[in-house]
Amino acid sequence: MAIFSNAELQEISELQKRYPEPAATLLPVLWRLQEKRGWIDDEAMEAAAAVCQVPKSHVQGVVSFYTMFFDKPMGRYHVQVCTNVSCMLRGGEELLATMKNKLGIQNLEHTPDGLFSIEEVECMGACGGAPMMAVNETFFEKISKEEANDVIDHVLAKDEIPKPKFVAQMPELTEAANR
Amino acid sequence: MAEYPKLVLPDIPNLRNIDTYLANGGYGEAMRKVYSMAPAAVTDEVKKSGLRGRGGAAFPTGLKWSFMPKGKEKKKYFLINGDESEPGSFKDRQIFEFNPHQMIEGILIGCYAMQIDQAYIYIRGEYAHWVKMVERAVAEAYAKGFIGERMKDNFKPSGEGVGYSVDITVHKGAGAYIVGEETAMMDSLEGKRGYPRFKPPFPANHGLWGQPTTINNIETMANVPVIMKMGGEAYSKIGDPKQPGTILFGVSGHVNKPGVYELPTGTPLLDIINNHAGGVPNGKKIKMVIPGGSSMPPLRGDKLEGVLMDAEHLKEVGSAIGTAGIMVMDEDTDIIHVLTRISKFYWHESCGQCTPCREGTGWLLKLLRRFEASNARPEDIDLLYDVAKNIEGRTICALGEAAAWPVYFTIERFREDFEKRVKPGLELHSPERVHGLRKGGLEPVQVRIPVVVRV
Repeated sequence: MAIFSNAELQEISELQKRYPEPAATLLPVLWRLQEKRGWIDDEAMEAAAAVCQVPKSHVQGVVSFYTMFFDKPMGRYHVQVCTNVSCMLRGGEELLATMKNKLGIQNLEHTPDGLFSIEEVECMGACGGAPMMAVNETFFEKISKEEANDVIDHVLAKDEIPKPKFVAQMPELTEAANR
Repeated sequence: MAEYPKLVLPDIPNLRNIDTYLANGGYGEAMRKVYSMAPAAVTDEVKKSGLRGRGGAAFPTGLKWSFMPKGKEKKKYFLINGDESEPGSFKDRQIFEFNPHQMIEGILIGCYAMQIDQAYIYIRGEYAHWVKMVERAVAEAYAKGFIGERMKDNFKPSGEGVGYSVDITVHKGAGAYIVGEETAMMDSLEGKRGYPRFKPPFPANHGLWGQPTTINNIETMANVPVIMKMGGEAYSKIGDPKQPGTILFGVSGHVNKPGVYELPTGTPLLDIINNHAGGVPNGKKIKMVIPGGSSMPPLRGDKLEGVLMDAEHLKEVGSAIGTAGIMVMDEDTDIIHVLTRISKFYWHESCGQCTPCREGTGWLLKLLRRFEASNARPEDIDLLYDVAKNIEGRTICALGEAAAWPVYFTIERFREDFEKRVKPGLELHSPERVHGLRKGGLEPVQVRIPVVVRV
């Protein structure tokens, strides 16, 4: 149980008050674990099972069901490229090929230094900004192959995700998104 | 261009800030009106408005609310569906980003009408950024006393109203399309794998943790405060009478200005594509349009004249409104490639509970890959059709239909595209000659079968 600090356990038990059963906080708990450790290993599953009062097998089932939970180590910068229809029509597949080439890895692999991993993802809800790519939680929309290469170079040079250019999904709303 | 009412996403800068929202009448008139009415009267007002769910099925919202048991003896839950994973849909995201408080206000009104004191907003994990936005909006509303215990002081009941308080919790998903199905969402919220449940029992009787539960879409909720403000009758006069109101149309694919456009229901499809979304690049013709997210039956580009975008009119032309995610494909698009990608999606997202879907989606993909490689046998067209038809209606949830519809409707409407991808040198079927596939052999036999309907 050394995975969670007392403060975190306190936070989780506060969260559990918002649900009638502790098991309902399994997804939030797994999110916390993945943020801490990068992926959900055996030890993390045991911790989640204990906190949420479910069998470890249940946790394993849940982790394997949801694509965003990693059951193996991934890069610190997880590059996701959408190739679903709206993105495909506007060059998503070429973008994915460019990124695979740039990073020298295949789908769901990570670079030897553990910095990058890549995933061909399903629709991420950025169809109006197709083609799109995401690095961790940051969306890059209407992105060209050159710009995508620049994003990777930026991460390599500065060890941070660059700020994406603003893409209005609502052409009629001029307000810039608070990113 | 004519002026349209902007009910869900008005052109007000910085509306996501609670102070701006308050300055524009948020948490005000509509809430006061609600708290002067009996809960059942609020449901009646929503019924009168004719509001239909914006999540895909277009089910009347007021009617859904009226299925909930009355009173407060039983613990009840309100679940707001922000999973938005249907390819081509990106509308709820705009609400999270530009007008989250209107959605929250809608949730509060819904809770009051059904006498629910616990609501969950389930948002897909990919929207991590937008989850934070909604969490911030909920925290702001808590701080101002519009959610939680202090509601009782802020919204004092008058007339037939009752004192009330609601708690709202934002729950982040972790990447599973199927969780957008309402019963799968309940399982996911309970901390399980997102498996759809058998219906009946319906969620209104046996939902979250076995208690009565209502599940509504984000956009539906954002419409509720508007209805309470202007009155159900006035709302029912906007757009198409059978599905009144505005819809957030998400236009993507081969258009000059992809994006979300809020327009009244019943707006002509070609008006949306050509006037609002700026038309097809390089003046190309349209080959295919999927009007409501990738699971909805596609329409032929040469049959778009007069198509109106609302539930009933789209049904007439053999499609459905779905999530109103319009995907436009120009004349150079490889339909087979598109369909293969769609089938790959449903194969990937099938939860695996029902055999027809788990196995069938894989077979659809395998067959389509034959067409993609121009290596299909003539009988594969009918085999593909047959597999799709055998998934439809044989699964617990609608993912079966979602996987089957695009395939067999594309065969019906674009059969020539499939015929072109049959392995060169092989003879195509004529209607009275089919291969005796089911008889175990592949030799052509003479039988009389009804021709597959071509629309």
